[in-house]
Amino acid sequence: MPENTPLLSVRDLKKTYQGASGPVEAIGSITFDVRPGELVCIVGPSGCGKTTLLKCLSGLLPPTAGSVTLDGAEVTAPPKKMAVVFQEYGRSLYPWLTVRDNVGLPLKARGVPRRERLAAVERALEEVGLGHALDTYPWQLSGGMQQRVAIARAVAYEPEILVMDEPFAAVDAQTRADLEDLVRRVWQDLGVTVLFVTHDIDESVYLGERVLMLSSSPTVVQQDLAIDLPAARDQLTTRAMPRFTELRTQVYEQIQRAKRGETVAAPS
Amino acid sequence: MPAAPVHPGPVHPGPVPAVRRALASLGYAVGLPVLLVVAWALATRGTTNLYYPPPSRVLTAFVSTWLAPDTLVRDVLPSLGRFAVGVLLSIVIGVVVGTAIGATPWLRALLEPMLEFFRAIPPVVLVPVLMLLLGIDDTMKLAVIVSGSVWPVLLNTIEGVRGTDPVLVDTSRSYRVRGLLAYRYVVLPAASPQIMAGVRLALSIGLILMVISEMFASSSGLGYQIVYFQRQYMVAEMWSGILLLGLVGVAVAAVFQLVERRVLHWYHGSREVARA
Amino acid sequence: MLGTLGVAGFALTWELVAWAEVVNPAYLPRFSTTAARLVTELGEPRFWSALGDTVVTWALGLLIAVAAAVVAGAVIGLVPFLRRATHSTVEFLRPIPSVAIIPLAVLVAGLSREAALVIVVYAPFWQVFIQVLYGVGDVDTVADDTARSFGLGRLQRLRHVVLPTALPYVITGFRLAASIALVLTITAELVIGNPGIGRQIDVYRSAPDAPGLYALVLVTGLLGLLVNLVTRLVERRVLHWHPSVRREGVA
Repeated sequence: MPENTPLLSVRDLKKTYQGASGPVEAIGSITFDVRPGELVCIVGPSGCGKTTLLKCLSGLLPPTAGSVTLDGAEVTAPPKKMAVVFQEYGRSLYPWLTVRDNVGLPLKARGVPRRERLAAVERALEEVGLGHALDTYPWQLSGGMQQRVAIARAVAYEPEILVMDEPFAAVDAQTRADLEDLVRRVWQDLGVTVLFVTHDIDESVYLGERVLMLSSSPTVVQQDLAIDLPAARDQLTTRAMPRFTELRTQVYEQIQRAKRGETVAAPS
Repeated sequence: MPAAPVHPGPVHPGPVPAVRRALASLGYAVGLPVLLVVAWALATRGTTNLYYPPPSRVLTAFVSTWLAPDTLVRDVLPSLGRFAVGVLLSIVIGVVVGTAIGATPWLRALLEPMLEFFRAIPPVVLVPVLMLLLGIDDTMKLAVIVSGSVWPVLLNTIEGVRGTDPVLVDTSRSYRVRGLLAYRYVVLPAASPQIMAGVRLALSIGLILMVISEMFASSSGLGYQIVYFQRQYMVAEMWSGILLLGLVGVAVAAVFQLVERRVLHWYHGSREVARA
Repeated sequence: MLGTLGVAGFALTWELVAWAEVVNPAYLPRFSTTAARLVTELGEPRFWSALGDTVVTWALGLLIAVAAAVVAGAVIGLVPFLRRATHSTVEFLRPIPSVAIIPLAVLVAGLSREAALVIVVYAPFWQVFIQVLYGVGDVDTVADDTARSFGLGRLQRLRHVVLPTALPYVITGFRLAASIALVLTITAELVIGNPGIGRQIDVYRSAPDAPGLYALVLVTGLLGLLVNLVTRLVERRVLHWHPSVRREGVA
């Protein structure tokens, strides 16, 4: 596939809910592309419909208008080539299955033979540093470790695109830093495309190669910003770079504008 | 894993207090029952009161009545067999139909008021109805047990399936876990705490209906025998029958608890962690 | 409403099955016949006196069960020694199916309301008793210690600390007990033969008077629904008046 063909293509995506007092417009009109191998962060003020957007992208919710295309095929149901990591790690892991079975179930659904499946599960858990926790239950693990299991499940699924919905919103700061580095590493090691949704400005700049800023509801893409930081990132040095601060300020100002409801120039 | 005892109690060094504690537990467990039996024995010593025979006579009657191979094969085992089959049928029907209804919102809205009505009917009044419809045989007795015990399982299953965490549903959908695999690994376990609560009710209702269906229309079985003893004023035998039903009830409760602990170990475990 | 449609669908199915005579019509009357019979039945003094008997037995049984269970539960629950000493006995007595003691009740009290009451009280008693034990066991030790340090006496602590904590449990126990008591009231009438709807059902069965039988079965279902509805209402009302005892406060 040529480098410039987008892997994921979102065109004029619109979502309106039928509220109690008439229709509620959750997403105004969103258009953007993600090219293969990119790590794109989507950042926006809380309540701007990030989760709705993500559900439309992943085929869990039909959009009211517009389209989502993954690898040339329109998304109408959860696609085979996409793995999702949800925000509520405590609720997205099956409490009745061990860590091993949690990671293995999607592979079983896909018909991967047992031996191969177990090997893939172990590999994925090694990758996230949980090779020792195969036979524990998710609820026996800390929040950060649970989210690692969810990431391992996504990794073992071998998707072309990994979609993450504010995955670290509910973990403590230290764990969060570790998990951010884990996402960067997985992205670099496996060459998977990553779409990372967050409300945290610092996180979006630190993680992303590109940051898409959303406006408040009804949501549109306010700005599409390339993050020109070096690829090897480090919690201490990267965050201390003057360029990091500049980018952060830029994103911050856009979000503040978005909160005030000012629309800005069309996305680049 | 948090496993702190609720009452740590005073701390003693050495192994002796552990033994003492175990003895104390045993004492608490058997103390009152022993006391009650002794009191009963003393109160009935030497009396010829027809209604309250001494425990020794009840025990003798128990052995001679219920452990006789004849009664065991003719009355006890068939009763227990009908109970087991009836409750198992209720569980299977309740879970299969319940998951189907629970997963289909329009079907649920359509059927729920009717199902609530059926559950509200005292199960025993279906005995006369089923006697009319099916006559007096094993099918009718099974039908009576099922017609009473299926509702708690069915309604709890519907409730459990409906209450499945939407995040888990989304997770399963996005990882394309579907069909039988989703049924086995997502739908059933998610509803299992509710299902087990329903099964517990089904067991006690089933036991009651087993007895009732035999009291009404039978010439054998536990329920029939107990009523027969009462009518013949064979009081010690009647008491022994009540004792047997009590033991069956306790055994059923114990087996249920064992199974429940196994099936829901993840549920109890995660709740314990959440509370800590 | 879809639910109304479901009820209509059930009635229609019944009507059609009976009309097609899948079963002998003497055993399965049509829905319309049964409904008409229900209306006639409502005009009969016999029906109302049976219903009255049932309601009185139920209410008496429930009252005795709840009162006894609350007293016994509170005493045993508040004294750790009694709690431990009675545990095994309770666990043995509780699962005994209430119908097992029907012969005993008949033997002791004859074919009377008193015999029925033994059955009606037995199972609901355990239901409430266990709930009271849970409720009393749930009393926050910090709250109790606080009350004690403020010099509240035993009775005052009972009134201001134990009662509010245990109340939701008692009410839940009451709601469950009310349904069970109704089931057992009708069961007792059917089996023992003391006056009430249950006995009337047995009369219609042996007549045999199928429309009457089915009509009364419908009545028992409606009665059950009514009890559920009322107790749920009571539960909501009482717990609403005691916002301090909501679950959040307990946890």
